[in-house]
Amino acid sequence: MTSEFLSVENLTKSFGTNTVVKGVSFGFAKGEFISLLGPSGCGKTTILRMIAGFENPTSGSIKVDGQDITTLKPNQRQLGMVFQAYALFPNLNVGDNIGFGLKIAGVPAEERRARVEEMLKLIGLPGFEKRYPYEMSGGQQQRVALARAIAPRPRLLLLDEPLSALDAKIRVSLREQIRDIQLDLGITTVFVTHDQEEALSISDRIVVMNAGNIEQLGAPHEIYNKPATRFVATFVGQLNTITAKVADPAARTVTIDGQTATLHALPSDAKANDEIMLTLRPEVLSVGAREGNDITLNGTIADVTFLGSVIRLRVALGENILSLDTFNDQRTAPPTRGEPVTISVASKDLLALQG
Amino acid sequence: MKGNRFWAWLVFAVGAAYFLVPLIATFEFSLRMRRGYYSFDSYASVFSDARFQATFGYSVVIGILAIIVGVLIVVPAVYFVRLRLPRLRPFVEFLTLMPLIIPAIILVYGYIRLYNSSSIIPFTGSALGTDVLLTFAYVTLALPYMYRAVDTGMRTIDVQTLTEAAQIAGANTAQIIGRIILPNILVAVLSGAFLTFAIVIGEFTIASLLNRPAFGPYLQNIGANRAYEPAALAIISFIITWGAMGMINVLGRFAPRTSARTD
Repeated sequence: MTSEFLSVENLTKSFGTNTVVKGVSFGFAKGEFISLLGPSGCGKTTILRMIAGFENPTSGSIKVDGQDITTLKPNQRQLGMVFQAYALFPNLNVGDNIGFGLKIAGVPAEERRARVEEMLKLIGLPGFEKRYPYEMSGGQQQRVALARAIAPRPRLLLLDEPLSALDAKIRVSLREQIRDIQLDLGITTVFVTHDQEEALSISDRIVVMNAGNIEQLGAPHEIYNKPATRFVATFVGQLNTITAKVADPAARTVTIDGQTATLHALPSDAKANDEIMLTLRPEVLSVGAREGNDITLNGTIADVTFLGSVIRLRVALGENILSLDTFNDQRTAPPTRGEPVTISVASKDLLALQG
Repeated sequence: MKGNRFWAWLVFAVGAAYFLVPLIATFEFSLRMRRGYYSFDSYASVFSDARFQATFGYSVVIGILAIIVGVLIVVPAVYFVRLRLPRLRPFVEFLTLMPLIIPAIILVYGYIRLYNSSSIIPFTGSALGTDVLLTFAYVTLALPYMYRAVDTGMRTIDVQTLTEAAQIAGANTAQIIGRIILPNILVAVLSGAFLTFAIVIGEFTIASLLNRPAFGPYLQNIGANRAYEPAALAIISFIITWGAMGMINVLGRFAPRTSARTD
């Protein structure tokens, strides 16, 4: 990585006896799009609010472009922020909302007007200056909120679950627009979300958080393909988990529902007859044998869900239930419940979890 | 159903008569100044009285000052209680109710004892000082109404998020209150202002005991010495008060609208 533009060191936040952020550290380069991803209460929003200056850290420091901003007031930090509830000023029209930060900074009216026009073009709402927030849809309001945040050219853009209040369809189009604008402007952005699909689709890097700690920090494909912990594996993407019994640690063999399989690797401390947890993504499983898949397992169809182009199967291997998707083939009928089935997987895709 | 509606209308009619009959009677009486004819002579007499103009003008000025001081005290107080000290809210609410519990006469005797000409802050030592004291007394008297109006207004907006959105855009606290919070609760503030005005314009006890030339003592004086003019003044006072109340309703339509949409 190049020199760190945003750096957070040993950041801790406690509310009374409850510590919600526990000594978190990370650093990001200028222009990166970073997502803080995690379930409710994991501390991601608290970190964002500490970066914004709305919460004071109990300990630790925050630096932006080399400047320590830990003790600065929010209005001294030169940051932009978009809120989940839009937070447009109801008494101001769109033009005045976008120009608010510029007006506060004392930018002359003419220059302000030009910047507002430029921002409206950027968000695809030219000619909306005179409208009031209540006259606009949620998606339009959030785009105006984005324009208001970036109009004063902030050093850092903070997005606090900006898509959560929107309908599913608008969410997808707006997140693509946010990413396009971020790439256009090259503005370093911190995005808080609990939606893993959102985080995976638009981030350069993701910080997966749980219970106030960082579980994993990495690019979306690293987080998805090589989850560092069981939490990351289960939280990010859909994941099948299988309980297996170690047969021969030296030969890396395990038994799954009485069927033997040779794994790519076993946990270093695995002993014979130990029960271990194996994980695999639905997309690495195939119905029937397939080239490159060196493990085949026999099971029973537990459930079939027809979704049009895709058929979702649930396959029972004894106590274990695996989920996998297959494409609909118009020439053959989908399998039926209770039908025996053979599935296959490449041993390298079957990961044994540590701890 | 029809029977129910009959009783509802009957109760409404009795209630309306309770309020309207004395008012109509007073109005009718105010028109009888000229023997044998209905006329507006009593109103002409009131409006041409120099003391009416002077006392009414004085009360209007004191009323406006009380509104300005009240807004400057109450809006920041409600804002900070909602934003930073929500735990203090029950205590502040109780405090603002005190003027309803403590009679005005107790309040004014307290003021006179505290701020008489031989005290450290001798407000009553000069006419201007007494005017200032009267203004503050009216701010206190109107506090329950002003506080509730402003508090209700702030409940309709997301004070915390709007504050944070303005803060991150670079605004300081004064700019946030002046440019964002106040304009968004302006209708509520004006409701409080009209209520304050309605209280101040007819107030007698404090103005009389502080010996200020206000409209309330003038009303009392006229009532004691004339026959028809007091009835005319009562009707004028009603019109002013109802006008103020009507304005609150009219202004309610101009409140900034919320915009929580998901589409």
